[in-house]
Parts: sequence; structure tokens; C-alpha cells
Amino acid sequence: MATVDLKDVRKVYAGGVEAVKGVSIAIPDKALCVLVGPSGCGKSTLLRMIAGLETISAGTCSIDGKVVNAVGPTERDIAMVFQNYALYPHMKVYDNMAYGLRNRGMPKDEVDKRVRTTAKTLELEHLLERRPRELSGGQRQRVAMGRAIVRNPKVFLFDEPLSNLDAKLRGQMRVEIKSLQRQLGVTSVYVTHDQLEAMTLADVLVVMNGGLVEQLGAPLDIYEKPASTFVASFIGAPPMNLLPLRGGQLVDAVTLPEIAGNAATIGFRPEDCEVGADGAVSGDGLRLMARVEGVEPVGAESFLYCAAGGGKIVVRVAGRTEVLVGDQLPIFARREKLHFFGSDGKRV
Amino acid sequence: MAEPKALVPASGHDKLMIGQSIAGIYVAHAILILGIVIVAFPIYYTFVASTHSLQTILRPPLPLLPGDRFVENYYEALFGGVGRIGGVSVATLLVNTTIVALGIAIGKIVISILSAYAIVFFRFPFRMVFFWLIFITLMLPVEVRILPTYKVMVDLGLIDTYTGLILPLIASATATLLFRQFFLTIPGELVEAARVDGAGPWRFFKDILLPLSRTNIAALFVILFIYGWTQYLWPLLVTNRNDMNTIVIALKKMISFADADTEWHLVMVTSMLAIVPPILVVVLMQRWFVRGLVDTEK
Repeated sequence: MATVDLKDVRKVYAGGVEAVKGVSIAIPDKALCVLVGPSGCGKSTLLRMIAGLETISAGTCSIDGKVVNAVGPTERDIAMVFQNYALYPHMKVYDNMAYGLRNRGMPKDEVDKRVRTTAKTLELEHLLERRPRELSGGQRQRVAMGRAIVRNPKVFLFDEPLSNLDAKLRGQMRVEIKSLQRQLGVTSVYVTHDQLEAMTLADVLVVMNGGLVEQLGAPLDIYEKPASTFVASFIGAPPMNLLPLRGGQLVDAVTLPEIAGNAATIGFRPEDCEVGADGAVSGDGLRLMARVEGVEPVGAESFLYCAAGGGKIVVRVAGRTEVLVGDQLPIFARREKLHFFGSDGKRV
Repeated sequence: MAEPKALVPASGHDKLMIGQSIAGIYVAHAILILGIVIVAFPIYYTFVASTHSLQTILRPPLPLLPGDRFVENYYEALFGGVGRIGGVSVATLLVNTTIVALGIAIGKIVISILSAYAIVFFRFPFRMVFFWLIFITLMLPVEVRILPTYKVMVDLGLIDTYTGLILPLIASATATLLFRQFFLTIPGELVEAARVDGAGPWRFFKDILLPLSRTNIAALFVILFIYGWTQYLWPLLVTNRNDMNTIVIALKKMISFADADTEWHLVMVTSMLAIVPPILVVVLMQRWFVRGLVDTEK
């Protein structure tokens, strides 16, 4: 179907604000690329530039090998799902889905066939005669998806499409979007600030910060080898524990393994922590004493919020825990589970 | 008047609201009824006068009940022509005024919706300059620019024409601002969705903006129709021929300083007929736009 290629794309707004500062991403055919990052990191701007809704200040954006910098959104053959769905409030669901097809001069019976087929895929058949205001949030979301799918475009663009849904529905729709995208095999770009969505949906995950790509790769690669402290603290929930190293030393550390390079920060994930004294857990690794400040039992797991090593850390333990607030706890993280970052925040 | 339903609150619920007493409802209704009587009585009295002969009207006191000359008076005014305005019939006046009021209302809506569309959805040089130019004209009432406007109309030979009556009153800063405010509430995503869906500026306007503005257009139409219907100063200046008068101007011309010179029965008929179209517009359109307001589509 189509590839999307961004080469050193920049966006400078009229006021001189640089929202995107040179981003290069190559999205292979049929892949789902997720742009994730905190608000204001330029991910939505980037998406809108791919859509043709924002002009590209510098660099090139190509769809299917053709540079589309000067091509309008209509001719780019993309479909977009918006955060607030942006359904036409005065049109029935049927017309909402048919509008884009009619505007392209498609014959009536072909429009009808396409709309009905798409409605069937999304289980919207019984809603076709309703207006958007008569639908629930989840149904509106489906219609917005339908409006994109019915066009059978080269690229799908999703702009935080699930952020207005409640948590349960969000989980459902996430799975559904993924399977639909697989099934249709349409190259997609998906913007979100939710790292869980990013991890579960992405074939290619792009972590953005301050208008730049912090890291690009497969979700689990990024999870296992975050390129910077920013990525480490953004991907994963709860985020990675990061503790400052001063002169190669860590406060409260009982034993500290050999430190890679001249690292300024040591990191380990909450789930990579083992609880237990010297005798109970053994091996090379980081051992430190932590004082428990809060306990959050979630059922299948519990999170212990602790003060240790001159900072705050979170420890995940499976199942229930007998630990109480105020306890002193020996924490152990294996050598191979430790991450080191330099003073510039980059991985060493 | 309706059946005695004084105990039923206007909302239609058959139970009293909390904190409501029966005495309070009686008092409230008494005040409301009194208000209606005060407002409605002059109109009723005009109607009564329009059904009596000139002699009866000129010989006080005027009866409180309608007379027997309803058909004759209305027929004479509508189709016979009124002497003091050169024998022009009230039917002609009604046609004139309808054309002018419709022209002003529709013209104002068309112009203001288009200029608001341009100002809100397009980026062009001096956009804000144009916006402020329109905005500033709010502070210039028709009366202030009436002489230059009159001169222009004379030069263009538009005296005693419908164009001359309508055109100078058509620009409307108020309506433009109203549409602008409404357009600003339309989410940017909707505009972008339409762009992605292949709707150009004209399609977006026709397929999305106009249907969404229906309620605003209806509300404005009512206001502007009545504004056009009741115009006095400009039609007075720009029409000389009796058969181009609007009903308000003609009504003024029908009245002489000398009581005996004035065909009061026809004046009253004309007054009654002058009220009917605006009332019709309000009553018919009101239902339409209240329904529109109730199920807002946003």
C-alpha cells in the first residue's frame, strides 16, 4: 500500500517557535507507527504535517515515495481520526461516512456499498440513521473510525483517538484498532501521550521530546534499552527508578556493582527489584536499603513507594505484601537489569 | 383567553414547585394578565376603530365593541385605494414593504454570513483590518451617513426603486459579528475533518456551515425582517412616488393635521394590516427556531 518517509522535517511557527526540530522517520508499508511524548513535544504537529493540515517549514514528507509537501490534505489520500471525533453534527452516521466519498465524485451505489460494508465491519449497521448526538462516546469513536476506513486511504492518521473514552472502553478500542489495522494492512501513524497505548499498538515506536525524536524502535527494545533518562521515565508504568550517582557513589547503597563509564544516573525498573536481605537473594547487583513510605496493593501486584539512595523509588512485588509503611527494606536489582545514564541523560 | 387554568403553573406540571404557594400563583397570574391587558388594549381598540365608519370614529366616545363595517373598510383600503396617498391601495403598500423587508433581511444575512465566513476561516492580508472596519461601522448609525448615501442613490438614479430602498440598509455589522461569534465556536477539528474529506471552501460552507447556522439564520431573519418592516427615515427620503411607499411611510402620510381631513377608519385598517406580517413572521419562525434551539446539534 504505502510507506511514509519523513526527512529532517521541521516546523517553525510564525512567531518563531520551533515545534518540530528536524525529525526523520521511515515508516514501512503496513506498519503502525506510534508517536508518543508529553504534551507540547511536537507529535501532533508532526501528524498534522503528514496530513497536510500544517505546512512543512523544512525537510520533506513523502507518501508512497512521492514528496507531498505541496499537496493538500484531500489529494494526499489519507484519512484522519480526530481526538474529538469531529463528526458532522447535522449529518446522520451514514452521511458522515459517505461525505468524503461523495466529495470525490464516487457513484451513489458504490458509496452505498462501501458504507454498508464498513458499517458491518464496525458493527454500526443499526446506527446508520442516527445523528452523532444520539450516540455514546464509544459509538462516536467507531463512526470516526468508519469514516476513515470507508475511504480506503493509503495512510491512516490517528490523533489521540482514545483519550475521550473511559478506561475500559479505551482498552477495548485499543485491541480493536490494532486488529483492524492488521486486517486492513493500512500504514498508520498514531499519536498518543499514553505510554500503554504506545507500547501495545506500535510496530514502530517513536518517543518524542521537545520537538526531537528521543528514541525510535520496536516497543520492547525501547523498553529494555531506553536511550535516555527521558525515555526511561516515560515508557513503563510506573516509570523506571532513577537515582543520582555522586562521584560514582550512591547514597544508602550497601553494595554497588561496577559502574559503566562515568554515569551520573543509575536506573532500574520497579519490576526488576527483588526484596530480601543478603542471604535471600544473591548475585552481582545493586543492593540498597529503602524506607517504605507508601503501599499500594492492586491485587495481582503491589507497589511499594520508598525513599532510598537520595531519591524516591517504586518497587513492584507480586501479589499481596506484608510490608508496612515505615519498614526498612533491603532492595536488590541484578547487574544486568541496571541502566546507566551519563550527565547529559544519554545511555552509557 | 384560555380556560381558567390559573392553578396550573406555566410549565404544565400539575404539582406545585417547592416553595410555591397558591396565593403566590394567583398574584403572579394577576400581574401577568394585567400586563397583557395593558399591552393588548390599544391594539384591540385600533381593531375596533377599523370596523366603524369615519363618522362613528369622529363622534366620541368610540364604542368598545367592533362595528359592522369590517368588510367594507378592509375591502376599501386593500383594493380601493386611499385618497390622501394618491389613491394607492394598501395591498400595493403591503407588497412594497414585504419586498423591502425581505430584501433587507435576506440581503443582510447573505452578506454578513459571507463576510463572517471570510473573516473566520480564511487567512488573508489585512484580515483584522477588515474585521475592525466592519466592527467600527457598528458605531455609525444610518442617520449619520444618510446625506452621502442619499447623494449616491440620487446619482445612481435609484430614487423610487426597490434597490434604492434595500441596498443602503443591507450591510450589517451586528449580523456579521453574530455569525463570526458562532463560527468561532465551530471546532477546528471539524474544519480539518472536512478538508481531509475533500470538501473545498465552498462545499464546507454549503454542506457544513450553512446547516449548522440554521438556527442563527432563523433568529436573525425574524429580527431583521421586523427591522426592515419598521424602517422609517430611509424610505421616507428615498421614495417620492406614492406607489413606492412602504406601509409605515404611507401611514404617516394618511394622517392630516385636520382631524376631519383624515380617513381615520382607513388609517386604522392600515395600522392593523401593518401589524399582521411581522406577527406572522414571529409566530411562524419562532416555533421553527425554538425547536432549533432545543435540539442544538453541537
